[in-house]
Amino acid sequence: MSWEAVIGLETHAQLRTQSKIFSGAATAFGAEPNRQACAVDIALPGVLPVLNREAVACAIKFGLAVGAAIAPRSIFARKNYFYPDLPKGYQISQFELPVVSGGGLTIRVGEQEKFVHLTRAHLEEDAGKSLHEDFHGKTGIDLNRAGTPLLEIVTEPDMCSSAEAVAYAKALHSLVTWIGICDGNMQEGSFRCDANVSVRRVGAPLGTRREIKNLNSFRFLQAAIDYEIQWQINEIEEGRKIQQATVLWNPDSGETRAMRSKEDAHDYRYFPDPDLLPLEIAPAWIDEVKASLPELPQAMKARLASDHGLSPYDAATLTATRATANYFEDCVAAAGRENAKTCANWVMGELSARLNREDLDFVAVPLAPTLLAGIVRRIADNTLSNKLAREVFDALWAGEGKDADAVIEARGLKQISDSGAIEALIDAVLAANPKSVEEFRAGKDKAFNALVGQVMKAAGGKANPRQVNDLLRRKLAG
Amino acid sequence: MSLTLDDVRRIARLARLDVSAAEVDTTRDQLNGILSFIEQLQSVDTTGIEPMAHAVDVVQRLRPDVATEPDRREAFQAIAPETEAGLYLVPKVIE
Repeated sequence: MSWEAVIGLETHAQLRTQSKIFSGAATAFGAEPNRQACAVDIALPGVLPVLNREAVACAIKFGLAVGAAIAPRSIFARKNYFYPDLPKGYQISQFELPVVSGGGLTIRVGEQEKFVHLTRAHLEEDAGKSLHEDFHGKTGIDLNRAGTPLLEIVTEPDMCSSAEAVAYAKALHSLVTWIGICDGNMQEGSFRCDANVSVRRVGAPLGTRREIKNLNSFRFLQAAIDYEIQWQINEIEEGRKIQQATVLWNPDSGETRAMRSKEDAHDYRYFPDPDLLPLEIAPAWIDEVKASLPELPQAMKARLASDHGLSPYDAATLTATRATANYFEDCVAAAGRENAKTCANWVMGELSARLNREDLDFVAVPLAPTLLAGIVRRIADNTLSNKLAREVFDALWAGEGKDADAVIEARGLKQISDSGAIEALIDAVLAANPKSVEEFRAGKDKAFNALVGQVMKAAGGKANPRQVNDLLRRKLAG
Repeated sequence: MSLTLDDVRRIARLARLDVSAAEVDTTRDQLNGILSFIEQLQSVDTTGIEPMAHAVDVVQRLRPDVATEPDRREAFQAIAPETEAGLYLVPKVIE
């Protein structure tokens, strides 16, 4: 009997606020240690938390974007544990009554679409950072990150492979950056996943799960889940039982290993934080946030497909990030809607490849969408062949010329589409290659390609290839 | 509900309280005394009454998202037991 995996993800998305969730300290990344840790963050006696309105607005935005319920009244709880990166001795989180519950995301793996249900999303504060090296046997604590607002987004155990988990994580990453609540920077820890993984015989009750903590890249997420699934299957097949545990992924060894967990580590003794009153969210506030939401990726995908006749795959690629979608739309606006398909091809093809190669993304494209649109327009009116268009693209990318027309002019790249001029070239080639003409007439199709090559060569590569083909065939036939 | 001596030791450990062997009995009796008050409260019928999350029936005031706190690291670290390179130093924690 075969095995199946059951996977749920918990994602911590750092919210894009100026100040912390319960204090007025700044949240900018990369400051010197403890320069952004105020009396509240370092938990001096007598301080009190005051909730950041923007953090709540981010949670509302997220809830609306995933079709979840926004709690009209939610409460904050203390999650008690002792660790020096959290000097209060507890983390302020939400336990009963989270701000967001339900909703979900549609993911796509290959041709399959699947809806991943969300259990909840709640607001909480991040902890500080512990540095274990170089302090003569002591641990160094940096509390700059302590109190940074997080939205913890929890799924139902709806996924059954690492591919689905990665598709979900990517869809979620795209959404939180799309609606602007998280910068999505995984290297800086702004978006990190914990994966709950268990295995069972197909159709059997749920197995015991292990939680892989702190996966901060899609690649690690995939590798860690694959390893963990196989490890659990092996354990069970060899007659051992899975113990519930928290494990860490070691990217160097390619293995998960159990964290040394103290007894009682999970006895958090949650209780409502007496320092914070219940959070009330009035319907008017929800309406206000709703009005500020941009068009969401799913809706935009459908619109692009129906407006421009793009395939579902193209529409999904172009809406992978909001920056990509905006670039494409700006390009179409400048090139004309009738050229949308050509714009899509260039954005997904030449432009994406170039951005990849130079390790850039759509947030900072050196080539303005109007410039790409200029190239597209000259392809549409037959001034440029694809080959010449690529040359213009390279020139504009390198900052040469103010637009496509200037490059075409300066480099003399205009495609020859004048049939009189092309006919003259063809006549000369036919006269110079009687042998090829004879071979073609004797039924050798290869000879035709050789003649096309000669004409293109005579034209310096600038003749319109379709016209060359048509005219040459007509001449040879006649 | 009443607590055993083991319960008391466990709660003390979780709260990082050093309750000595001599104090365990007294502590248990005092805690059980508090729990019996709560039992009395629980005998009141609260059917249909929404539980409160706070003793004061008002809602949370929200703060505008502005960074208002100046950097006071030097002042804070002056009262810390040990610091280095801007970090607070604590006994080694290994995970």
